Amino acid sequence: MSRTILDINDFSMVFGGLRAVDHVNMYIDEGEIVALIGPNGAGKTTLFNCVTGVYTPSEGDITVSDTEGKTIRTNGIKPNRITELGLARTFQNIRLFSSMTALENVMIGRHPKLKAGIFGAIFRDKRTRAEEEKVIVDSLAILRKLDLEKYANEPASSLPYGAQRLLEIARAMATEPQLLLLDEPAAGMNPQETRELDETIKRIRDEEGITILLIEHDMSLVMSLSERIYVLDYGKLIAQGSPDEVKANPAVIKAYLGE
Amino acid sequence: MKNIFQEIRKSVLSAIWLMILTFPIMVIKVNSFDNVVIWRWKNLMWVGIGTFFLSWLWRFLLDRKENGSGVEKTEIEKKNKFSLRETLSERKVKIPVLSVLAVLVLVFPFFVKFYQVGIMTSALMFVILGLGLNIVIGYGGLLHLGYAAFYAMGAYTYGLMYLYFGLPFWGALPLGAVTGALFGILIGVPVLRLRGDYLAIVTLAFGEISRLLLENMSGFTRGPEGIAQIPRPGFFVKLSLQGATTYLFYISIALVIFTIFVIRRLEDSRIGRALEAMKEDDIAAQSMGIDLAKTKLITFALGAVWAGMVGVVLASKTTYINPGSFTLMESVMILVAVVLGGTGSIPGVILGAFLVTLIPEYFRALADYRMLMFGVALVVMSIFRPQGIIPRVRKRYLVGEEQS
Amino acid sequence: MKYFLQLVLAGLTKGSIYALIALGYTMVYGIIKLINFAHGEIYMIGAFTALIVGGALQITTGLPPLAILAISLAAAIFFSSGYGVTMEKIAYKPLRNAPRLTALISAIGMSLILQNYVLLAQTSDFLPFRSMIPNFPFLTPGKSLVTTTQLVILVTTVIVMVLLTLLIKFTRIGKAMRATSQDKVMAQLVGIDINRVITFTFAIGSATAAIGGVLIANHMGQINFYIGFLAGIKAFVAAVLGGIGSIPGAVLGSLVLGMTESFGAGYISSAYEDAFAFVILIIILIFKPSGLLGRNEIEKV
Repeated sequence: MSRTILDINDFSMVFGGLRAVDHVNMYIDEGEIVALIGPNGAGKTTLFNCVTGVYTPSEGDITVSDTEGKTIRTNGIKPNRITELGLARTFQNIRLFSSMTALENVMIGRHPKLKAGIFGAIFRDKRTRAEEEKVIVDSLAILRKLDLEKYANEPASSLPYGAQRLLEIARAMATEPQLLLLDEPAAGMNPQETRELDETIKRIRDEEGITILLIEHDMSLVMSLSERIYVLDYGKLIAQGSPDEVKANPAVIKAYLGE
Repeated sequence: MKNIFQEIRKSVLSAIWLMILTFPIMVIKVNSFDNVVIWRWKNLMWVGIGTFFLSWLWRFLLDRKENGSGVEKTEIEKKNKFSLRETLSERKVKIPVLSVLAVLVLVFPFFVKFYQVGIMTSALMFVILGLGLNIVIGYGGLLHLGYAAFYAMGAYTYGLMYLYFGLPFWGALPLGAVTGALFGILIGVPVLRLRGDYLAIVTLAFGEISRLLLENMSGFTRGPEGIAQIPRPGFFVKLSLQGATTYLFYISIALVIFTIFVIRRLEDSRIGRALEAMKEDDIAAQSMGIDLAKTKLITFALGAVWAGMVGVVLASKTTYINPGSFTLMESVMILVAVVLGGTGSIPGVILGAFLVTLIPEYFRALADYRMLMFGVALVVMSIFRPQGIIPRVRKRYLVGEEQS
Repeated sequence: MKYFLQLVLAGLTKGSIYALIALGYTMVYGIIKLINFAHGEIYMIGAFTALIVGGALQITTGLPPLAILAISLAAAIFFSSGYGVTMEKIAYKPLRNAPRLTALISAIGMSLILQNYVLLAQTSDFLPFRSMIPNFPFLTPGKSLVTTTQLVILVTTVIVMVLLTLLIKFTRIGKAMRATSQDKVMAQLVGIDINRVITFTFAIGSATAAIGGVLIANHMGQINFYIGFLAGIKAFVAAVLGGIGSIPGAVLGSLVLGMTESFGAGYISSAYEDAFAFVILIIILIFKPSGLLGRNEIEKV
């Protein structure tokens, strides 16, 4: 019986008069690749933001379980704490640290797994020095895994677009997450890059054991990658199931194509 | 090649506009006591001529900024280009250069007039202030306009501790640093949720409030009269004015080296990276597990520590402190040093600090224009070279080897 | 009781002046999201211009005082708007797409430039300002609560407020201003010339500040190059208190601040009068950063 990493229960998000997300129920089990799709403005990124702590849910419960099976209700918890619990994300509009190099971006991702504080920084004791060396080695290894090694010392803003998207994923991976939330990772990619992304995401799940939840508009990618799909429209969950089930669902077809 | 007539026309129009605009303030001077009006037509002429040329230059520079400098260097040319910075980082160049510098610094007080030693010490103290503010602005990305308050707190720590408890210099020095850090945290707490502009104004407000408190709590802090007769540090025996000033010079040198050492270590550490991530994109930083609140407080505290420390040195150098030495102008001057020299860049800030303190000293004729020039420097640097005179250079890690 | 009413009037007067300045802050912030640090200097320049033009006219011509007042007021408005617009073009326009920190630093620089420009071109002394507002016989101080100048200030501020509201609500440029402040890109897409709107906003904001400068000069009897700084900060606090970006908010915040200062100085301590503004600022930013009438800005992630 797989552990449920993320459990979303009767969750709603209200902004002023607008109900951006309306009574949604979702769950993600360990090891899955799940997709969240829906027309623009359906509330997908809002859901991501609530899960990662950027917003506090208006109603309902979001629960995360850690590697020992202990469950924690994450409503209102700050994003950095949620990352420590094992949820990492990428952003719809790339939010890299643009004047820092690719390597430094990934090194920052290592932050939650490191221990050095001010004293370590100033006195550079043996433990801190060892930790710092390991950070560089580990970060380089992550870059290598995503084939981004050659950009290690380049400023992040100078990378080609596809590489920047991959770098965001690398940075998120550096936090050693159990669940990786990808917000439109294939946006703006050409078919070749999208195919490679498909491979990469599968590899991340298979080799690193990281569970994936992704928002995507590219249907071929979604159909190829995901094992389960949730469909959101106007904030409501209108369908869920396997790719084939969802593809054939009349409500889904209506939402995307109109009446 | 732009149409020359168009350029002339634009410059003439700018000149005419500015001549009209500045007419009342530049040309007319009303003397209401004697009931006369003084007309300074020469100023009008200067405005016109100056604007004609400056507006041309301004448009030229703006154009260059928007469209790039036109001539792109090829890769090979770039590689062969002499880079001062790279040359200086090589060991065989760095060590002799630093040694010569060290010798020059050590013998400096014995080769110049005594007065110059005092000036240099002030410059060195300003360097430390700049480096401290740089932590907050350059690494943390928080615009702090009340930095002088920490400086004041350090100075008053020594002043008050001496007044009430007879605490000597060397005891006050670490205490000043600690006071600075505490005040940093104190100011940091209310601004935790603020961003950018609001943060700047609130830090400015705190700076002013601190000064007002120092001025008005006369019973405790001696108010506007200040505290006098603060002793200089003694070297086993009480030193003469000359000796003490020289002593302070060496102390300042040591403190500057100490400051640079600690800051470089911070730069290249987990904390340093967290600060910079917060500066670049605080939401992304949070997603990487960085606790923004804690990091902001650390930024303020780390920045304030140096001001507190230097405050003690100031108190012992001038032996007299009062709230008037720690106004908004001080904070702004330190800001100018950082912005001019290069935010986030240690050599840049050092250069900026020297420029800000030494140019008014050595070009006495320009003294009145000092603040005006600082204002111009801020505007010009912001528009044309926000990275400063000596910009920050990021560390390059050795890739392809197991250890860096 | 009389003391209380005097404090109320003093508070309203102060508040009115702050309001005239705060309007400029809030309008500029609404449009380009920049705190114009140099705005206080525009107010100061308005006062100086009125003093210079008025003084020169008084000495060299025999025009009646009311005519001189009118001309100096017009001059103050014209020149202040000129400075505001020029300042925008030089120091802010090139930085429209730059990070906020950079633009803020440029604004600080501009503030320094203007302050010291006036200092150097004129003087650092306090210049006496002969009041040009004639006293109505039934309103002389001592006989009644409110002086002529105070009355003029209150009435003028109300008139300005009304005119501004009409402008924003009913004219084309007013609509353009509102559109630009809500969504710059969309406004451009529907054909609004952003540059003209921004220039106009600076002009209007500077004009109201200039009026404030002239009024305060008449009220206080003297001015110097530094008055812009403190008044500017307080007006900014007022704008934030009311909700930056909101015009009624700027007025409300200014009145609240004016009253607080007046009563605080009157009943608590006059030495700390300036501190009240700062304390209010800190409190409001901690508990309700969007201000009394402002909207909560949700950042898009």
